[in-house]
Amino acid sequence: MATQANQSNQVEQSKILAAGTTAPDFALRSAPDKTMRLSEQRGRPIILAFYPADWSPVCGDQMALYNEILPDFREYGADLLGISVDGAWCHAAFARDRRLHFPLLSDFEPKGAVSRMYGAYRTQDGFSERALFVLDRDGVVRWSYLSPVNVNPGADGILNALESLTPRSPAFSTPAQVHP
Amino acid sequence: MNMSQLVVPVNDRDHVAGSVEAPVVLVEYGDFECPHCGRAYPIVEAARRYLSDELCFVYRHFPLAEVHPHATLAAEASEAAGTQGKFWDMHHMLFEHQNALDEPYLLVYADELHLDVTRFATELAEGVHTRKVRDDFRGGVRSGVNGTPTFFINGARFDGNWADPGAFIAVLAQVAAYVHGSEPIGSDR
Repeated sequence: MATQANQSNQVEQSKILAAGTTAPDFALRSAPDKTMRLSEQRGRPIILAFYPADWSPVCGDQMALYNEILPDFREYGADLLGISVDGAWCHAAFARDRRLHFPLLSDFEPKGAVSRMYGAYRTQDGFSERALFVLDRDGVVRWSYLSPVNVNPGADGILNALESLTPRSPAFSTPAQVHP
Repeated sequence: MNMSQLVVPVNDRDHVAGSVEAPVVLVEYGDFECPHCGRAYPIVEAARRYLSDELCFVYRHFPLAEVHPHATLAAEASEAAGTQGKFWDMHHMLFEHQNALDEPYLLVYADELHLDVTRFATELAEGVHTRKVRDDFRGGVRSGVNGTPTFFINGARFDGNWADPGAFIAVLAQVAAYVHGSEPIGSDR
């Protein structure tokens, strides 16, 4: 319900990749000395969370929120990757400060190239949109959402997408999920 | 624009100040250690005074434990006070002492509120209220809570500016007027 309404808003803004598209592969630094390739993550659902910048001034910021919800994502077997144009050293400092337990990828050089591939780059601002993609285990986009850049989209859309992706099996159904 | 809706209706596990029949039901997802929630606290109190019976206020827990290491235990402390009928007293106490939320302080506050401190400490130690706090958090996530504080006004997430007391109270008053103007169909409860 929320998803459909939100998707209709996307027309006015960037055209992000829609459900059904195969997620373009990329390799980005996940640490100053480490590179992560998307296609190597196949086999489990992946959440790609593009966001404008590290060091957002609010304490309940999007990455901090997802950090708290990580256990719920993992119940669906899903991994979360945060992506912004910040450099790897910046990400490292930010992740340490906020005690983040998931990788932040640097879409740093060429700047914003991966964000552009996903239709999630704000050319006028020089940083990524606040855009979410849920990929299935085969690397196909199953849900995407573009949030107004100043509105943290929360995680309800992600969890609903993961739920629809993963037919409820005994391994994945906990009482808390059945009765949120 | 924003379609995030409160998926867990106000229920008897909630801490409710006012009548759930009031025209405006304000639900806050908050964190006792969050400085923004600390700033929101007197604003909510002012709104409650201003709108009086027109407003029902519900507080739910959304501790961001990784950034606020004391938040979860503080939330459980408010629940432990709640089992002794003093949830709101502890709620006020915690928001008024956000910089002193270590466990020894929680026991001091329990004592100041004339709680049975032994029972209070036992409930904290045994994690009696861990589940309630976690359930609040999960329900919040499902409703699109996107940080703290997040407010829902009559079930719809409020993405506007709560930090301006006058503007926030004006929004709540407008909702009250709207509900009064469109009764009996205006209420979505």
